[in-house]
Amino acid sequence: MLKDITLGQYFPVDSMIHKLDPRFKIINTMLFIIMLFSGNYFYNLIIGAVFVILVQILSKIPFKISIKSIKPILPILIFTAILNLVFIDSGETLWHWNFLKITEGGIYTSVFMIGRIILLILGSSLLTYTTSPILLTDAIEYLLSPLKKINFPVHEMAMMMSIALRFIPTLLEETDKIISAQKARGAMIDNGKLIDRVKAMIPILIPLFVSAFRRAEELATAMECRCYRGGEGRTRLRQLKATGKDYCSLMICSLFLIISVMLNFIIN
Amino acid sequence: MANNMIQAKNLIFSYPADSEPEKKQNNLILKNISLEIKKGSFTAILGHNGSGKSTLAKHMNAILIADEGKLFVDGLDSSQEENLFAIRQKAGMVFQNPDNQIVATIVEEDVAFAPENLGVPPEEIRKRVDNALKAVKMYEYRNHAPTQLSGGQKQRVAIAGVIAMQPDCIILDEPTAMLDPQGRQEVMEIILKLNQEQKITVILITHYMEEAALAERVVVIDNGQIILDDSPKKVFSQVDKMKKIGLDVPQVTELAWELNKAGYAISTEIITEQECLTALEKLLLER
Repeated sequence: MLKDITLGQYFPVDSMIHKLDPRFKIINTMLFIIMLFSGNYFYNLIIGAVFVILVQILSKIPFKISIKSIKPILPILIFTAILNLVFIDSGETLWHWNFLKITEGGIYTSVFMIGRIILLILGSSLLTYTTSPILLTDAIEYLLSPLKKINFPVHEMAMMMSIALRFIPTLLEETDKIISAQKARGAMIDNGKLIDRVKAMIPILIPLFVSAFRRAEELATAMECRCYRGGEGRTRLRQLKATGKDYCSLMICSLFLIISVMLNFIIN
Repeated sequence: MANNMIQAKNLIFSYPADSEPEKKQNNLILKNISLEIKKGSFTAILGHNGSGKSTLAKHMNAILIADEGKLFVDGLDSSQEENLFAIRQKAGMVFQNPDNQIVATIVEEDVAFAPENLGVPPEEIRKRVDNALKAVKMYEYRNHAPTQLSGGQKQRVAIAGVIAMQPDCIILDEPTAMLDPQGRQEVMEIILKLNQEQKITVILITHYMEEAALAERVVVIDNGQIILDDSPKKVFSQVDKMKKIGLDVPQVTELAWELNKAGYAISTEIITEQECLTALEKLLLER
């Protein structure tokens, strides 16, 4: 049952977006996020939507899968919408009751915010859909490498991330086993009151933690045995190489950003 | 000396948690172990749980350093800090649980881990990774995630990860203990192949007698001391002694031994099924 959870889902399809340099994809995603926040007009959202749809088509990721990624953030969307609806007080009042009132401005802002968050999620999940976790960590390590100068442990952080990603399936499998083992001993995990269910998690979490610590120790020894000594003097099998296509993608993204910002000035 | 891959002289070791002197005396894991292992040989180290065999293995690539005594790996003193990485590169180590020694999310990335640490140039890493994966017959799986592999396959990837360092010696600490019979056989085949074809010194720590029987030499450790050290035939024929320290012998050896005890003229130095079969046939024909 736990195997259904996938984190940082990656969809290995052969597309031009998949083949782009992960460093450029991260920068492009950041440009996209700036673009979404660059203006408060629906035009900005339309440009964002055009961009997302374009990338979505090029990446050959089924729309269905992207729509699914919205589902877990529905509560956040509803919450944001209600907050905006109730607390923004501008324009004509359409309805009021005691201290609550709904205004035109409120409706506009809440619709705008929902649109912005949806685009944000769609756009940034495209990054993880099209980039394998290992490339993503490589790219993050590369992009953060200037921080090494101020003694920020960039390599160690990237290593931690990739080991964490590596052990997610292993630990999920282990959790499944522990749950089955506890159920076989009569543990009630799926039913009872909320408090009972939380309490039932303890006999699952404790063995899981114990085993995770044991694994960590063994892994550390195994890494030492294979001459691991931090990032210094380390080479990589996979070299990140930027091609013309990568620069091209960067230009296209910048163009979108510039258009989006320019529109603000024109409208003003 | 130049012919020895590993040379241990009077190793004494206890885990640092037992720091009180009198307690330390009782909790010695290794009690004066001296051992020489020749280059290109295949040695099995036998012993039951807690006998100190894994502790001894960890000394062989400087994960642990003895309290007293010295250990040389290809002439390098393991107690010298500056030899540390040279020793670990020469003597690679494979552990019991393949899940806990695979670092990366893709098979070839994991095999590349050690050469990456050694600072090998990328093109050379590529070559080494491909060769190592071919040597363990896992080349077709190079782009798989380790979680998609069986236990035997994962353990072979772990062995490839060590071979990619181009070590002279591989120490395997119960590499088949968590595997099913098929996985066990796959791994043993690879170990034998590496020893025979690439002349890599193999030190196999195990408690499977059938695996130890494949080695050229068997060292039996009990309670931190070397009890027996001889060819598998000579070691396993001492069934009494082996049973006394809680170890088994291969089934066929035990059968021959029991028959011999019952007065039949059969050699006790039988360790493979084939040998047993021939001996039994001979025995039956004589009657």
